[in-house]
Amino acid sequence: MLLIEDLQVKLGEREVLRHIDLQINPGETHILFGPNGSGKTSLLMTIMGYPQYRVTAGKITFKGVDITNLPINERAKLGIGMSYQRPPTVNGLKTRQMVQICAGERNVDVEGMASRMNFTDFLERDINAGFSGGEIKRSELVQLMAQQPDLLLFDEPESGVDLENIALIGNTIGKLLQRDFHTEPNKSQVQRKKERTKMGLIITHTGFILDYVTADKGQVLFNGVLSCSNNPTDIFSCIKVMGYEECVKCAI
Amino acid sequence: MRNLTDKAREAKDKKAAIGPDVDLATFTAEPVAHDYVKDLKTLPVLDRNRLIQAGIDTSESGRSGTYIQMDTAVVHSHAKQEGLEVIPIKEALKKYEWAREHYWKLVSVDADKYTAAAELNLHDGYVIRALPGAKAVWPVQACLYLDKENISQYVHNLIIAEEGSELHVITGCATSPHLKRGLHVGISEFFVKKNAKLSFTMIHHWAEEVMVRPRSVGIVEEGGLFLNNYICMKPVKSLQMYPTTHLVGKGAVARFYSILVGTPGSLMDVGGRILLKAEDTRAEIIARAITNGGTIINRGDLVGEVTGVKAHLECKGLILNGGIIHAIPELQGKADGVEMSHEAAVGKIAQEEIMYLMSRGLSEDEAISTIVRGFLSVDIPGLPPKLQEEIDRAVDMSSKDVM
Repeated sequence: MLLIEDLQVKLGEREVLRHIDLQINPGETHILFGPNGSGKTSLLMTIMGYPQYRVTAGKITFKGVDITNLPINERAKLGIGMSYQRPPTVNGLKTRQMVQICAGERNVDVEGMASRMNFTDFLERDINAGFSGGEIKRSELVQLMAQQPDLLLFDEPESGVDLENIALIGNTIGKLLQRDFHTEPNKSQVQRKKERTKMGLIITHTGFILDYVTADKGQVLFNGVLSCSNNPTDIFSCIKVMGYEECVKCAI
Repeated sequence: MRNLTDKAREAKDKKAAIGPDVDLATFTAEPVAHDYVKDLKTLPVLDRNRLIQAGIDTSESGRSGTYIQMDTAVVHSHAKQEGLEVIPIKEALKKYEWAREHYWKLVSVDADKYTAAAELNLHDGYVIRALPGAKAVWPVQACLYLDKENISQYVHNLIIAEEGSELHVITGCATSPHLKRGLHVGISEFFVKKNAKLSFTMIHHWAEEVMVRPRSVGIVEEGGLFLNNYICMKPVKSLQMYPTTHLVGKGAVARFYSILVGTPGSLMDVGGRILLKAEDTRAEIIARAITNGGTIINRGDLVGEVTGVKAHLECKGLILNGGIIHAIPELQGKADGVEMSHEAAVGKIAQEEIMYLMSRGLSEDEAISTIVRGFLSVDIPGLPPKLQEEIDRAVDMSSKDVM
């Protein structure tokens, strides 16, 4: 479980998150809505542990461990993983090596994972070097497949993705979050749902991702405040018609 | 030959244009006797390990020939493949007219006191030659080794790829583990004849009080390709070199790659100059430098003399833990329609990259060494995979030390 209690965060001198309370139970996926600059990425980066996001009050607990002051790699080891919107290029580091780094000690089928994302051609290229928006998203997903985190943070996974790949990306996220539907012998869909352990927090602007990934809750972040928590489809419809500001008002 | 000696005598006090002056008299140039080793497997284990680090494979599997010189004496020299020759230069100069014709043809004997001293004190050196049309299956390996404390080693090498041939050379220079002070002066002349291909990979492993003054010039004829790779990641007191290559035939190509790591107390002044003198010639100079306390001066000079040539220079430096990197890229276009560019950057490791890798589970130290490893790794098109592996291995071993 991820538990965030009364979290306050500063980036430089600017207060970017105020009094955030959020709970994601095992098996749950939440969608994070909010206008540009509302603090969505800041929230993800704070959960991941980027030190420039300074926690001035409150606390983050993951799997019962207080991670508020834990370095990034310790959080990764505990099972937190992130799909970035604009990750940096690391010159000379091949995508293949990066996927292996994600797998840690585990043996993984890098080729197989890459081919599922139509990404085999990129394995010998430097990670993120000259990748388009959509290529970055596919690269991030291959890395998360290898990393197998329990809490997955997605920063706008559909931005820059063409129509052809949106389904691939959406379905892959669904799988990573154990939200894909397929038949398994001796197991009902209800049972599969009960056995879900993976947690997700997905930032979306367009809502396209909702066509592929089911979610338990939607959250709206507005001016650094988590202002509304509701059915994600309801929230999205409300935002579409009324705009963020009105939507937040009605929810409060 | 008398003429050379006279010219050398006149230049024996002539200081080099760049780099700190070395007082040659403080080293001993007296010949040191070492027994010739017929079977490389009988070399002492300690030496063998140093050789391996410098890229020399004492089993010789995957090698077309070997030359090893210890101090002033040749301890091994032979070619395994037909069409290839590996001969000590003193022997070659005595026996062959063609060797004498190539000797001091590209480097001027009176360029500075080091070239002069190399002529006046010549100990030996290698001649590696691929006969016309011969294609080396494996690289030829050469090693110039310093063993005796305070020695000065003067060598002269000729590397000749005759018309239509293909030759790969990996050369390592190293010192005995006990050696502290020494001087290495090496003259190298590279001849890449019509449609020939030569790759020359040099890995240096010196010691903290060793001074190094290589002097090399190459020439590439029509359709020829010259790849020149240089790796120096171990301490050295002072290293100064400015290898130069002339592209004189249509479509000739030269590519220089260098990987330098400056440790505390080291001074490396390494350049590369390529003169594009014929149509359709191409040149590329790529340098990666890391310092963690040393001083690295990285020079590069491309001279485009005729229309339509293409050349690029790229020099990237990382300062990890103190030290100085001074990048001096130069371009000289001397005709209409040359395409020349350069890219130089000196910086530090981006925090963002460290954290990206940490979020995939690496510790901060592991993340930094992964980034350093990536920074130093260059893919060299046209280099046989075996040699690319050697370079990767050298980089792997040393990038751990950098931390």
